Amino acid sequence: MALTLSGEEIGAKLEEKFPGSIVESDKDSFLVRSEFLLPVADYLKDTPGLDFDFLSYITAVDYYEYFEVVYRLTSLEHNHSLVMKARCYGRDNLSLPSVVSLWRGADFQEREIYDLMGISFDSHPNMRCIFLWDSFEGHPLRRDYL
Amino acid sequence: MEIDINEKQVYSSTELNKVEAETIEALRMGSQQVIPDPDEWLAQELKGNVLLTTVDFFLNWARRSSLWTMLCFPACCAMEFMSASASRFDLSRFGMEILRASPRQADLMITAGTLTWKMAPQIKRIYDQMAEPKWVIAMGACAITGGTFAQSYSVVPGYNHLIPVDVYVPGCPPRPEALIHAIQMLQDKIAKRKNL
Repeated sequence: MALTLSGEEIGAKLEEKFPGSIVESDKDSFLVRSEFLLPVADYLKDTPGLDFDFLSYITAVDYYEYFEVVYRLTSLEHNHSLVMKARCYGRDNLSLPSVVSLWRGADFQEREIYDLMGISFDSHPNMRCIFLWDSFEGHPLRRDYL
Repeated sequence: MEIDINEKQVYSSTELNKVEAETIEALRMGSQQVIPDPDEWLAQELKGNVLLTTVDFFLNWARRSSLWTMLCFPACCAMEFMSASASRFDLSRFGMEILRASPRQADLMITAGTLTWKMAPQIKRIYDQMAEPKWVIAMGACAITGGTFAQSYSVVPGYNHLIPVDVYVPGCPPRPEALIHAIQMLQDKIAKRKNL
């Protein structure tokens, strides 16, 4: 079982490196401003001592006012993990930067979120439906989908 | 305890040779005659070899006695099907244990599982590729009506929206006995078929 790093500690470190990037943090996770998502993810992946070389999963949560996308990062080298979150507000034309360029494993999961939650990921190499068919209307995992 | 290398073993090598020679000699003496062919009666032309029946009955008998099943296992009923075709329930007693991965070689489709609309075109295509005559058994609640998922956005509410179904087997999942019963019902159905 990987050791879960404190979101507060890592968040403070990131705030120092990228001023204005961290919205809030607690002991489990930290919330990153979406325009800083890619540089922060890049920093977490390549900094010695952190080395988050593996993306365990991405998922998305519908909170009505906003959608929260959750990234669990793992370092196979140090056997520790971390939860990073990003939000997008509103219901239409939502987008976040894609992390496929850092972790190839994000490919299908970002497509799944696009399909079922309706959040598109910028600069994703193949942003198409994966579970449903192209002409399907709506996003079934949203809480207002009937 | 010391081992005396000169002590006599139970069988000396000479005695072993003797026993072997006796066995072979006994077998050779008892095998001087050719064993008569048990199927010699077949040579009596026609006598005892003719059964009278109708062409319909013969065709239906041939068809129902060797149903070859198409692999169509989208979900968990497949586990029950595997159980039915394995040694405990032994589907091969009824001449239908062969599963085909090619629709060209199959005449029965047992639809074991939930079908999603994403998968539906493939199932329809496989059914269309099967050679006539062909039959379908809808196995389990999902195959009959969509089951628990009937209201879902992604699930086909029953295979009969896509392909004609001959026998429905209720259950979630159906027991292997129920499936075997369904196949026997299908055999009865085939037996009543008019071919000419």
